[in-house]
Amino acid sequence: MSPRFTLRLGLAGIVLVALLGIGCAAVRNDELVVGEFGSLTGNDATFGISTQRGVEVAMDELTAKKEGKIGGLKVRVVVEDDRGMAEEAATVVQKLINQDRVVAVLGEVASSRSLAGGPICQQAGVPMISPSSTNPEVTKKGDYIFRMCFLDDFQGWVMAKFVAEDLKLKKVAVLKDVKNDYSVGLAGYFTSAFQAMGGTVVLETSYSAGDADFRAALTSIKAKRPEAVIVPGYYTEAGQIARQARELGITVPLIGGDGWESEKLIEIGGEAMNGCFYSNHWALDAPDPRLQEFLKAYREKFKGDPDAIGGLAYDAAQVLFGAMEQLATQDPQAFQGLASSKAGSEARKAACQKVRDIIAATKQYPGVTGSITLDANRDASKPAVVIEIKDGKKIFRTSIAPQNLPS
Amino acid sequence: MSEFLQQLVNGVTWGSVYALIALGYTMVYGILRLINFAHGDIYMLGAFFAYYAARAMGATSNPSPLMALAVLLVAMAGCGAVGMLIERGAYKPVRRSSRLSALITAIGVSLLLENGGVLVFGADPKFFPQIVPVKSLALGAGVTMTNQQLIVLVVSLGLMFLLRVIVLHTRVGRAMRAVSFSHTAAALMGISVDRIITFTFVLGSMLAAAAGVLVALQSPKIEPYMGIMPGLKAFVAAVLGGIGNLPGAVLGGLVMGIAEVMVVGYISPTYRDAIAFVLLIVILLVRPAGILGRNVTEKV
Repeated sequence: MSPRFTLRLGLAGIVLVALLGIGCAAVRNDELVVGEFGSLTGNDATFGISTQRGVEVAMDELTAKKEGKIGGLKVRVVVEDDRGMAEEAATVVQKLINQDRVVAVLGEVASSRSLAGGPICQQAGVPMISPSSTNPEVTKKGDYIFRMCFLDDFQGWVMAKFVAEDLKLKKVAVLKDVKNDYSVGLAGYFTSAFQAMGGTVVLETSYSAGDADFRAALTSIKAKRPEAVIVPGYYTEAGQIARQARELGITVPLIGGDGWESEKLIEIGGEAMNGCFYSNHWALDAPDPRLQEFLKAYREKFKGDPDAIGGLAYDAAQVLFGAMEQLATQDPQAFQGLASSKAGSEARKAACQKVRDIIAATKQYPGVTGSITLDANRDASKPAVVIEIKDGKKIFRTSIAPQNLPS
Repeated sequence: MSEFLQQLVNGVTWGSVYALIALGYTMVYGILRLINFAHGDIYMLGAFFAYYAARAMGATSNPSPLMALAVLLVAMAGCGAVGMLIERGAYKPVRRSSRLSALITAIGVSLLLENGGVLVFGADPKFFPQIVPVKSLALGAGVTMTNQQLIVLVVSLGLMFLLRVIVLHTRVGRAMRAVSFSHTAAALMGISVDRIITFTFVLGSMLAAAAGVLVALQSPKIEPYMGIMPGLKAFVAAVLGGIGNLPGAVLGGLVMGIAEVMVVGYISPTYRDAIAFVLLIVILLVRPAGILGRNVTEKV
């Protein structure tokens, strides 16, 4: 190594240290940074937008009640757009953890994207709460991953029970999205539950998200004369499928899962959606005072009705804020580890673990989407609601509770 | 049997859209020996132009056949202009360079249109208004067709017929055929080669725009990346029929549409996108010039 090179290296080192010093000086204002990722744009953009709105309402509440502070630290939510792509979800979660140094992550709606982000949070020891990913695999990725909603095995069973016992139908066809973990999973759970109840699936066929033409698959379905068609996909395709099914003369009801929950569903499907059903996390006309309070705040801010995705995001944010609050009162010293200046330290790691433990112990939390109790697998167990679409409106049809749930 | 006939109807209407896009590929290739990869994105632009035109003209609230026609013409005119701009701005400057440069330019233009589309229109999908109220028509034997499918079929056949008249029976069509034989000889005969090439691009872009509007009419979701897959498949259709050959493009498009629908109906929907490329490989192995293409021996 030549002396000149060494000199340069030394100078570079000094500059670097100086820059770091400036960097540290800038973080005088300690805060609590929470990350959120979702599809703000892309094929299922309303999922991400609803999630963000739910979190915003929770933030507004925190601002109104406690000046936006938990344990003396100001809460800041960093939102990242994954454009509805699993690869992108992994990238933005990396960014949230490595650049923004968040203490916890809220997201995603789509199971395939929660599955992409989850392992990264797990490895970094950052708790992640998915408000509404229903695929069972999501929380199996590690003990730092939670969810606020029911699972697809339960949802599939609910749909099967509704078709078999409420609608009293025996022959159905299934049309699933092969590119979508959620849709494939839900279709499988529905089929096994429905067969166990004595029903038959006369045809199981598929499409790929982004297809524009569903007529070929629908024509095959029509030939089998099912009494209902199960479409466990997302609202964008469900609306188009409904339209094309009606055009081909398929008049039986289409039945979906919570992937249908979007204000756009009826905009896309129009009249074709009438007489269809889907299982969901909530119904807006329930008399729960907490729900009505949330609805009032939401309607005031956004001039419209929230969907269940927004409600679950609100609950997820509340559970997270509650957990941090609890840590601040129980163990103020450990809580300081969450401050933004402690990023990367051992204190941060320990604090994150404590937050994780508190979230894991959530019992009968009165959320706007029902009472939330997290089980040993960090999944919420709660009843599902079946919504009927009538004259372009979503109407509460029935509520189906898990068999082993007390009360 | 009625199921098969229904699938055939689905396949023919879907295939006629591929045929419209494939015609643009084949025309440009016939004249410039250039594969215009941006062609699928022109199709996307057509759908978006129609979307904004329909909203501006109020076709959403009171649909009428005249309004729908006006929307179609606006989209075609808009895309014709964009096609001219692309040819003049991007392809003409590299025309004397190697064919590889032109190909790379085409890919660049395609990326520009897609991501420019995200910038201008937004990445979230838009929903095309129902400018023609849908009606189901029974064709007998349990086969149904919507009036929209019928419109797709009639409009595409009409445009293909019009294109044939232009190419075979007009002066400019004769000039196009001359240019496709030899640029130099055509220029020596007093034909303005540049003008003919621009005209070809405009014509091809207008057909792609029409395809975009027709697809949006029956499958209302439109987004900036919607042109990639149909563009690729229409390109395969053009090769299948014999690239550079106009009836070949129509035939290729129809074969492609029917093959796709039959695969979904009788084998497995998973292979929907695969079938296009299987067809491409088979045709390249068995008959590289395409179904209607002529084998040309190259001078070495």
